[in-house]
Formats: sequence, structure tokens, C-alpha cells
Amino acid sequence: MRLHIENATVIFPAGKGVPPIEALQQINLTMDDRDFVVAIGASGCGKSTLLNLIAGFLAPSEGRIMLDGATVEGPGADRSVVFQQHALLPWLNVRDNIEFGLMLQGHAKEDRSRVADRFIELLGLSGFEHSPVYALSGGMQQRVGIARALTCDPKLLLMDEPLGALDALTREKAQELILHLWHNTGKSIFFITHSVEEALFMGTRLVVMSPRPGRITHEFKLPFSKQFLDGISARTVKASPDFIQIREKVLSIIFSDVEAV
Amino acid sequence: MSEQNNERGEKTQSATSALFARLARERPTRPGEIYGVPGSGDTKVLSVATILILLFIWWLITALGWVKPLFVPSPQSIFIKFLSVWKVGFTGSPLWLHILISTYRVFSAFLLACAIGIPLGLAMGMNPFIRGIFDPPIEFYRPIPPLAYLPLMIIWFGIGETSKILLIFLSVFAPVALGARSGVRSAGIEQIHAAYSFGATRWQVLRHVILPFAMPEILTSMRIGIGFGWTTLVAAEMVAATQGIGYMVLSASQFLQTSVVIMGIVVIAAIAYLFDMLMRLIERKIVPWKGKM
Repeated sequence: MRLHIENATVIFPAGKGVPPIEALQQINLTMDDRDFVVAIGASGCGKSTLLNLIAGFLAPSEGRIMLDGATVEGPGADRSVVFQQHALLPWLNVRDNIEFGLMLQGHAKEDRSRVADRFIELLGLSGFEHSPVYALSGGMQQRVGIARALTCDPKLLLMDEPLGALDALTREKAQELILHLWHNTGKSIFFITHSVEEALFMGTRLVVMSPRPGRITHEFKLPFSKQFLDGISARTVKASPDFIQIREKVLSIIFSDVEAV
Repeated sequence: MSEQNNERGEKTQSATSALFARLARERPTRPGEIYGVPGSGDTKVLSVATILILLFIWWLITALGWVKPLFVPSPQSIFIKFLSVWKVGFTGSPLWLHILISTYRVFSAFLLACAIGIPLGLAMGMNPFIRGIFDPPIEFYRPIPPLAYLPLMIIWFGIGETSKILLIFLSVFAPVALGARSGVRSAGIEQIHAAYSFGATRWQVLRHVILPFAMPEILTSMRIGIGFGWTTLVAAEMVAATQGIGYMVLSASQFLQTSVVIMGIVVIAAIAYLFDMLMRLIERKIVPWKGKM
């Protein structure tokens, strides 16, 4: 898997009383296998626009997005999306929601069940297969959303603030779960968050974005998720001096952006 | 003097406002209830009591002879009339046949309106081209009372079943089509995007995301539509009908058989109510998730 974003610019045309907005300016980003890239930045910095661009929900005004040598021209099953608000279908139970992507692709019922079984197990949803999704807690709904995204074996997983709506405790558990999933499945992940701590803990690379126009201003390589996967506890990793030092650095970058606006 | 008056005025005012405050105040919740949910609470007892009291008042004013039976017949005479029309019939047809004919007219028009209106409404919601074509004619005829275009229906389609069913069809069609059209917007863009990112085709997105999300609104518009259907029934049976409840009511009124008129009205209300109950049942079966996400 190789994702290559080349000089991507997105300009939203002027509306009534609204001037044209340069949502993204000259974005260059490359992702390889097993990369866990986290995008962070103040509101309006174009993180979600960038994700929509990669997902194919949006076309760049200039530049191009290449996935394994082919230009991205629309959404496709090689890039699955996990949304901020789970985006599940309320008339389907947990199992049918997880099988939804496979069903759309026309897989036979037995194949679907087999794949779904694996992810129900992996995401700790056993015993809830037949529950209606609206009866689940926010954390479980999001796990169903992640399971659904994984079933189609995408090359790249796009996560748009998937943990933003969860409470602090559930959120930490979910971070660990996603890291284990990432490690065990070997997927590449593009992840958006508002939480600096979450960004540093999860990613192998961090891109810091600035608003108006949205652009990438800094990039960091991160060692922390590896430390966690090597067996150091999440709290220890997050409390280490290295972690705190870079956390303050990233925070000061983002705050200076906020103040500039 | 005037000061005293003022004082009294203020007192009455404050008493009134205190009464309002008491009426408007939220009562504390009982265990298992949620505080402040607007309009929460069971209404069954109150509804049944209202019906019984209305029946009682009706019975009372007829029993005391305050109103002539010509204008308001007693409740029991209506019931007796119902039994006799059931046995003997009205203008040569038994009551069940009148009911059957009317139900057939309303429901065939209703089914036709759903079969055409729902797909068309969905298509209008999905496609600006189709919306552009069909929006003006539907919006043009929708507010016109069916009685106004009844003569046209008769001139064009004669006095047979066609014009009757078509008239009812038109009154049901607009609300159903518009309901389906606005139901298309119920699906969240994230759910639609999710489907597309699994490689769904446009058709699959319509079938598996947009249509299910539109179901609550479609079912509601069907309930509203069938209501319009029953409303239009009487108009449809005004001309050249020899059977049907609407016809029964209209011709009974010409002979001042007030009890038949009221009985017919009650029968129409009862059938419409039963169907509405059925629709609510279907709603609970098909969209149990309504309002939960």
C-alpha cells in the first residue's frame, strides 16, 4: 500500500455572503504499509477535508491523490471510513451492521458470517450480535463501526475522530484496542483527533495542520505506540518525560495557531 | 376609593398569575419518569372519559327533548338504525355492501397512489431532473379541494368507477409523493458515505440506506394520505353513485334521515380509525428504531 498526496489544494467556491475558502493548500503526504498517521490541528484546519479527499468523497481543486499508482477518483472498498458518529444503520442488528459492507459487495451469507464472527470476537462484541445498535453504549457502537470498516479488508483505514464522542475512560480503552487491532491486522491508518495526548500515543507519525488556509506545518515521528505494544502500560507511556515534552511542544504550536486566528 | 380598587385589582391579578404559575409548573416526577419531558403521561383514561361524557351529554339533550330528533337523533336511535340498515339495507343494498364498495374505492385508490407516489417521490428526492419536472404540477393541484376538480374528472372520465377512484387517488397521491420525497433527506450523509466507501452502487445506496431511512416519513405520509382518501370519498360518491357509505350519507340527508347520516359518519370514522391503528402497528413493526438514533 502506498498513498501519495501530491500538491493537493481544495478551494470551496464562494457562496451567498461567503468568500471562497481555501480549505487545503498544497498538501503533500505519503503513507506506506503499517503507517499510523495522525492529523491534528485547530478547528477549521482542514483535517476532515483531507480525510474526505483520501476517501474520495471530495475531489481536489489542484494536485492529485494516488493510491498504489492509481488516481483516487471516488470512494472505494480499499479505503474504509470510521466516522465520528458511528454512522450505523438502526434497522440492522450488530451482526448485520458488521456484515453490511460484505453484503453490499455480494458475498455469500456463510462467508459474511465467518468474517463477522472474527471481528465480533476481536472487538469484544460477543453476546451482543443480535442487539439493536441503538440499544448499545457509545463505546460499543463505535466498536461496531470499526468492525464494519475492517470486514472488507481495506488497504487503508480512515478514522475521522472516531473516539471524539466517548467518555474519557472508554476512550483510553478504545485507544488501546485500536492500537492492538492496528498491530495485529497490519493495516495502515489515517486518524484524526482533537486530543494531543491521543495523537501522540496512537500514531507512528503526527502531522500538525494549521487553519486558513489548511496546510501541514509540522511533522513528527512518534515512538510511543511501539513502546505500548512492547508491553509498557499506556499510563506509563503517557506520563514519560519524552511524551510530556513533545506534548507541550505540539500544544504550543496549536495554541499559537488559535491565537493567530 | 380608587386606591382600594387598585389594590383589589392587583390582588386579582396576582391570584390569576399564581393560578397560571401553578398550571404551568412541572410536577415532580414519579420514579421511572424523566423530569420535564413535554407532554409525558398516559391519556387513555381521560380519552375514554371524554367519549363517555360526550355520549352522555348527547343522550341527555335528546332524552330531555331539548333538540328535535330531526336535528339530533338520540344515540340509541342511531344504534337501532345501524342494526336495521345492517339487516334490511339502504336503498336496496345491505350495509356491508355499502361499506365494501366504499372501502374498495378508498383502498384501491390508496394502493395505486402508494404504488406510483412513493417511487415517484423517492425519484424526485434523488434526482433534480425528475423533481424539476414533477414539482410544479403536484404543487399546483395539491391545494385545490377535490370538489373543485370533481366536475372535470366526470367530464373526462365519465360517471363510472374510474372518475371516483381517480378523484380519491389524486387526494392521496400528493401527500404520499411529497412524504417520500422529503423522506429521502432523512438519511445522514455519513451513512450514505459509509455505504459508498464499501463500493456500493447508487442503486444499493437507495435500496439499503436511503429507503429504510425514509420509511418513517413514508409511513406517516401514508397515514395522512389515507385520511385525505376518506375525506374525499363523500365527494367522489356525490355524483352517479348508487352504493357506498358516502352515497348513503348524502342521499339520507336529502330525505332528512338524520340518524342514517350520523350512522354513516360514525361508520366512516370507525373504519378510518381501525386502519390508522393498523398503520401504527405496522409502523412499530417496520421502524421500531424510529426516533432512537
